Amino acid sequence: MDINITALFYLVAAVCFILSLQGLSSAKTSRAGNRYGMLGMAIAIGTTCKSSTIDDYSFIVGGILVGGTIGTIIARKIQMTALPQLVAAFHSLVGLAAVFVAAGTLLQPDVFGIGYPGDIKYSSLVEMAIGTAVGAITFTGSIIAFAKLQGILSGKPLVFPMQHLVNALLALSIITVGAFFVTSESHFLFWVLVALSLAFGMLIILPIGGADMPVIISMLNSYSGWAAAGIGFTLGNNMLIITGALVGSSGAILSYIMCKGMNRSFISVILGGFGGDQAAVTSSSSEQRPYKTGSAEDAAFMLKNAQSVIVVPGYGMAVAQAQHAIREISDLLKADDIKVRFAIHPVAGRMPGHMNVLLAEANINYDDVFELEDINRDFAATDVVLVIGANDVTNPAAKTDPKSPIYGMPILDVGLAKTVLFIKRSMASGYAGIDNDLFYQDNTYMLFGDAKKVCENIVKHWG
Amino acid sequence: MDIDPLLEAVQELTEHALEMVNKAAQVQEHAQQVAIAAAEHTTGLSPFMIGLTVFVLAIYVGYYVVWRVTPALHSPLMAVTNAISSVIIVGALVAAGMPTIGLTKIFGFIAVTLASVNIFGGFLVSARMLQMFSGKK
Repeated sequence: MDINITALFYLVAAVCFILSLQGLSSAKTSRAGNRYGMLGMAIAIGTTCKSSTIDDYSFIVGGILVGGTIGTIIARKIQMTALPQLVAAFHSLVGLAAVFVAAGTLLQPDVFGIGYPGDIKYSSLVEMAIGTAVGAITFTGSIIAFAKLQGILSGKPLVFPMQHLVNALLALSIITVGAFFVTSESHFLFWVLVALSLAFGMLIILPIGGADMPVIISMLNSYSGWAAAGIGFTLGNNMLIITGALVGSSGAILSYIMCKGMNRSFISVILGGFGGDQAAVTSSSSEQRPYKTGSAEDAAFMLKNAQSVIVVPGYGMAVAQAQHAIREISDLLKADDIKVRFAIHPVAGRMPGHMNVLLAEANINYDDVFELEDINRDFAATDVVLVIGANDVTNPAAKTDPKSPIYGMPILDVGLAKTVLFIKRSMASGYAGIDNDLFYQDNTYMLFGDAKKVCENIVKHWG
Repeated sequence: MDIDPLLEAVQELTEHALEMVNKAAQVQEHAQQVAIAAAEHTTGLSPFMIGLTVFVLAIYVGYYVVWRVTPALHSPLMAVTNAISSVIIVGALVAAGMPTIGLTKIFGFIAVTLASVNIFGGFLVSARMLQMFSGKK
C-alpha cells in the first residue's frame, strides 16, 4: 500500500477516535460514539496489516484470539461495582504492552524502519526511553491501584520512612539511566530503565489511600495515553500520537476534576499519606456525643410522609451493592407521588462517574440524577435526605473548620434538609478519619447496618 | 619505424581518459551528495517536529472534546479511552508478523495479546455501561 494511502487511513482512524469521545457528550449519542471507537480500531489494525510487510499471521491471529476471548469474557462477567478495579487492571495491560513494543523496536529497529541495531536514530531512542518508562510506571502503578481497590492490599495509605527521598532518588536515576541509554543504545541499560520504572510505579501508588483512587485511576488513564504517544513518536506514527494525546488529555482533565472535587492539589494527592496517622489522632481525641438512631420502620414512615426526597449515594452503596434496593425505595416513593432525586458528589465512589453507572445499572432514571452544583441549593427545601454509604462528602467541617483536613472541599449540604437519614455500618469516621457533626444534629437519624439490608428493610416496612 | 613512442603515447592517453572518467564519476557522486543535502535542508523538517505539531494540536482537540463529556458518563469515558489507547497494538502487529521466530516476535505476540484484552474488554464493558444509560427514557 502506498505510504500516503496508509497515512490517509490512519487519519480516518484518528478521526473515528475523536468522534468516539465526542459521542460521549450525551447519553443519546454515546453508543454511536462507542461504535466509532471500534470502527477506528478496526481501520487502524486493518491498515497496519495491509501496509506493513507481514509474513506470518499466525502470531497475530493467535494473540488477537486469545486476548479478545479473555477481554470479552471479563467484560461480560464483571459486576458493575467492580468497575474501578477492572479499569485499573486494563490500564496496567496498556502499560505492559507499551514496554513490550518498545523492547521489540530496540531489538530489531529495521523491522520498524527506524534504523539498524546499534544505529537507531537518536530521536527514536529518546522517545523509546520515555515511552518505556511511562509504560512501566503505568503497569506497576495500576497493579497496585488494582490490588487496593480489590482489597488485596489495604486501602489505607502505606507510608514508610524517607519515602519521598527514595522516590525522588528513583526518579532521578530513571532520568540518568534514560540519558545514558539514549547515548549508548545499551540493551542492558534499557532493562535497567524498565526495572527502575517498575519499582517507581509501585512506590508512588502505595502511599495513596483508597478515597484518592478517583484521582489515581484518572492519572493512570492519562499515563497510558502518554505511553501510547511515546511509542507513536518512536515509530513515527501520527495516528498513535493523536490517539495518545487524546487519551492523555482526557485522563488529565478527569484527574483535575477529581482533585477539584476534593479541593486538593494534584501534588498533594501524589505525595500521598492522606488519611493516615495525623488524621487518626484527631478522631480518637473526640469524645462520645449523643446521637439518635432510627429503625427501618421509622425511616419508611418518614419517607412516606415526605413531599420531596433526595438520595445521596456513596462508596458504601457500591460496597453493599445496594443500588437495586434503593431503586425499589425510589419506585415506592414515586408511586406515592413523592418527588425523588439523586445527588452525586464528583468524588463519590472510587472512579469518576462510578455512582452514575451503578444507578443506571439499577434502572434509575437518568433525568433524576443530578451533579453537585445542580442540586445543592435544593437541600434546604427538601423534607428527607437519605445518605447511603457517604460521609466525608456531606461533612460540614469542610465549610466551617479551617483546621479540618477536608476544609475547602465542596460538599453536599444535606444538613439543611428537614430530616437526614444516614445509612452507615457504624459510627466509625469516614476515610478522612474525621468526625461528622451531622451525625449529632437534632434532625439526623442514624440507621446502622449493611446498606443493602437496611434498604430492603425499609421496603419491607413500607406497608 | 619505431612504434614504441606511439604506443606509449596511446597508453598515456587511455590512462588519462580513465582518470577523467573516474574524476567525472566522483564529481557526479559529490553532486548527488550535495543535492541530497540540499533537499534535506530545504525540506529539513524532522519527523519529530511533525510529530510534535500533531501531538500538541491533538492535546487541544482532546481538551475541548473531553470537557464536553457529561460527568455522568465519566466511567464509560475511561473505559473507552482505555480501549483506544490500546491502539499501540499497531506497533505490536509488525513485530508479531515477522517471518522468523525470535525475541522480537515473541514480544510482539505478548503485546498483541495484552492489547487485545484491552480493546475487546474496554469497548464491550463501555457498551454494557452505555446500554444501561440509554436503555430507558
